[in-house]
Amino acid sequence: MLLLDRHGPKEDVWERAETLCQAETNFVLTPFGAIAESPLVQTDLRLAALLEPNRALDEVTPFFDRLDMIVVHFPSAADGRGFSTARQLRQAGFKGILRAFGPLISDQFPQALACGFDEVEIIGAAAARQPVEHWMEALKRISFLYQRDYGAQDSIPEQRLARAAHV
Amino acid sequence: MYLYDEFDERLVRERVAQFASQVERRLSGALTEDEFRPLRLKNGLYLQLHSYMLRIAIPYGALNARQLRRLAHIADVHDRGYGHFTTRTNLQFHWAKLKDVPSVLGLLADVGMHCIQTSGNCIRNVTADPFAGVAFDEIEDPRPVAELIRQWSSLHPEFEWLARKFKIAVSGAAQDRTVMKSHDLGVRIVRDAASGAIGYRILVGGGLGRSPMEAQVLRDFLPREDLLAFLEAALRVYNLAGRRDNKWKARIKFLVLDIGVEVFRARVEEEFARIDKTKANANPAEEARIASFFASPPYESLPEISRSLEQAVARDEELARFVGNNLTRHKRKGYAALTISLKAIGGIAGDISSGQMRAVADLAELYSFDEARVTYAQNLVLPHVRLDDVPLIFARLKEQGLATANVGLITDIISCPGLDYCALATARSIPIAQALSQKFADPARQKDIGELSIKISGCVNACGHHHVGAIGILGLEKKGAESYQITLGGEAGDDYALGELLGPGLPAEKVPEAVERLVAVYLARREAGENFIETTRRLGLAPFKTAFKEIADAVA
Repeated sequence: MLLLDRHGPKEDVWERAETLCQAETNFVLTPFGAIAESPLVQTDLRLAALLEPNRALDEVTPFFDRLDMIVVHFPSAADGRGFSTARQLRQAGFKGILRAFGPLISDQFPQALACGFDEVEIIGAAAARQPVEHWMEALKRISFLYQRDYGAQDSIPEQRLARAAHV
Repeated sequence: MYLYDEFDERLVRERVAQFASQVERRLSGALTEDEFRPLRLKNGLYLQLHSYMLRIAIPYGALNARQLRRLAHIADVHDRGYGHFTTRTNLQFHWAKLKDVPSVLGLLADVGMHCIQTSGNCIRNVTADPFAGVAFDEIEDPRPVAELIRQWSSLHPEFEWLARKFKIAVSGAAQDRTVMKSHDLGVRIVRDAASGAIGYRILVGGGLGRSPMEAQVLRDFLPREDLLAFLEAALRVYNLAGRRDNKWKARIKFLVLDIGVEVFRARVEEEFARIDKTKANANPAEEARIASFFASPPYESLPEISRSLEQAVARDEELARFVGNNLTRHKRKGYAALTISLKAIGGIAGDISSGQMRAVADLAELYSFDEARVTYAQNLVLPHVRLDDVPLIFARLKEQGLATANVGLITDIISCPGLDYCALATARSIPIAQALSQKFADPARQKDIGELSIKISGCVNACGHHHVGAIGILGLEKKGAESYQITLGGEAGDDYALGELLGPGLPAEKVPEAVERLVAVYLARREAGENFIETTRRLGLAPFKTAFKEIADAVA
């Protein structure tokens, strides 16, 4: 397993549990369905939900206040639904941590960050084959994007505008 | 035409370096073959039957002389001295060597070209009307919008891992010349009748392939400033809901079919309403910057009619045919758009040698304000030539074997590479096209038959657009032999129609005879001034089926 944010690798503090009652610590990551089904929550419990990519946004938004983190599952590297899910969650106002989880490849790290993810958790053989350097190098490969609304303040259109204003 | 600034160039060069790193990581084992394949495809590199193939993007079909000369150089040094133009206005080199690819990508970047997103499950190269900016029936030049979409869709962080490929076409004229209704998404520039404002009609869900479908209207009138936000909404709905379990049902057309266009529209509009338009849409200053590259060239004031051309035409029958078939009306008096047919009799549709590329580059530079275009019909266009210069251009084209006067006629055949190159093909396409071209070679006969589109695909994926050919030919494999199905009545433009099957498949050698029989029905039954497709519409399939049956029965 490999957990990274834009600064590098980090420790995972979240305890995985199938249901909330199984939790032994105060940082619990559990399937979204388990949270949706349990209305009673201890006030000191920090909650994270694992979201499958087919989950409708409207089902999730009512739980934003209760969630510190949403983990979006990527079943495979080629399945890009999670990128749009992240965009929708941010657009709907989710301010907590967003984590991409699955057998991603390092070239997708900048894409994940641009779509609103804070971190990526790589599992299985994909984590073993791709060392940390690959992920950090991937962030430096493409300096600027054409898309204006994908995280960076220095998109190509913005830089062109700024330059035109200085001429 | 659009020229790269330092940002465009930097992005393309960084992408080349990124691909080099991906190749390195594949070789070291950091990436598996399954992980590497989509990365390779998104850089235009295919594995074909005999070798790698490199597909180069020609955004909305626009080329200048420098780019054409660079392509000629690559053809000579890194391939076999020729290239192949496709029905999506890309150029393919069919004999690429893997070790050469990084340097070829660098050579392309030098002249503002790339192979980005010419394959793979992402937004592909955007296409547009080949007569953009010069057509007499134009509402507005579609190239600025096409360039805006090119930039917006390039390396899009959210839409590089779609369920399937996604093709966009843009048209700004009264008549569609882009096969828009066969695209995943179409952007049609329209004028709002009430306000007079210019905006876009958005079409969705078209496609050919094994389940051809006609695109439907997604939004009748979209204000121009909202284009990118609306595209983002449509792509997001598709990215989330497009099928991932079956690649044959993954195109957006199946999603639109499954849930219905009304439900799809409601989802897009709901998503569109949530998007922050001020951030998602293009900045007007950036739109103006892009549009400035497409200002009209410095045309001369010329009389409508060229006396020198008229005199030359009167002396030269071949030139007269060329002028009759290969010139398209231009918005400016005294000018024409000149189509260079890449359909020499017995030649290979869309193929062009390095020498021919250089000759076209010279002509573009000297006579067409340094511009050439590629059409989906696999021909080239010099978009603004003076009528006075046509005899000279014709003479130069003739020297290069490029003066075939058959645009829109029966020998102007669209054909995919087929089993001679393609790993997906089930039958050959090129020899069928060659045989038909030879059978109908006589210019007088072609003129008599008039406008008629034959389109040939070597498998169900339909790269040769057979569904929308007046006569469509689909090559399949049946019990180890090639078998060709023939359809009738397809149309690519505003009167979009899918051809209907005439009967059982035929062996290759019977195809020319079958086509001849169909043409004979037309010639015998046409009314004055009626072209082939009009006759098929009036008569219906029955008389053609009867004629076809005689051939099919003889085979069986």
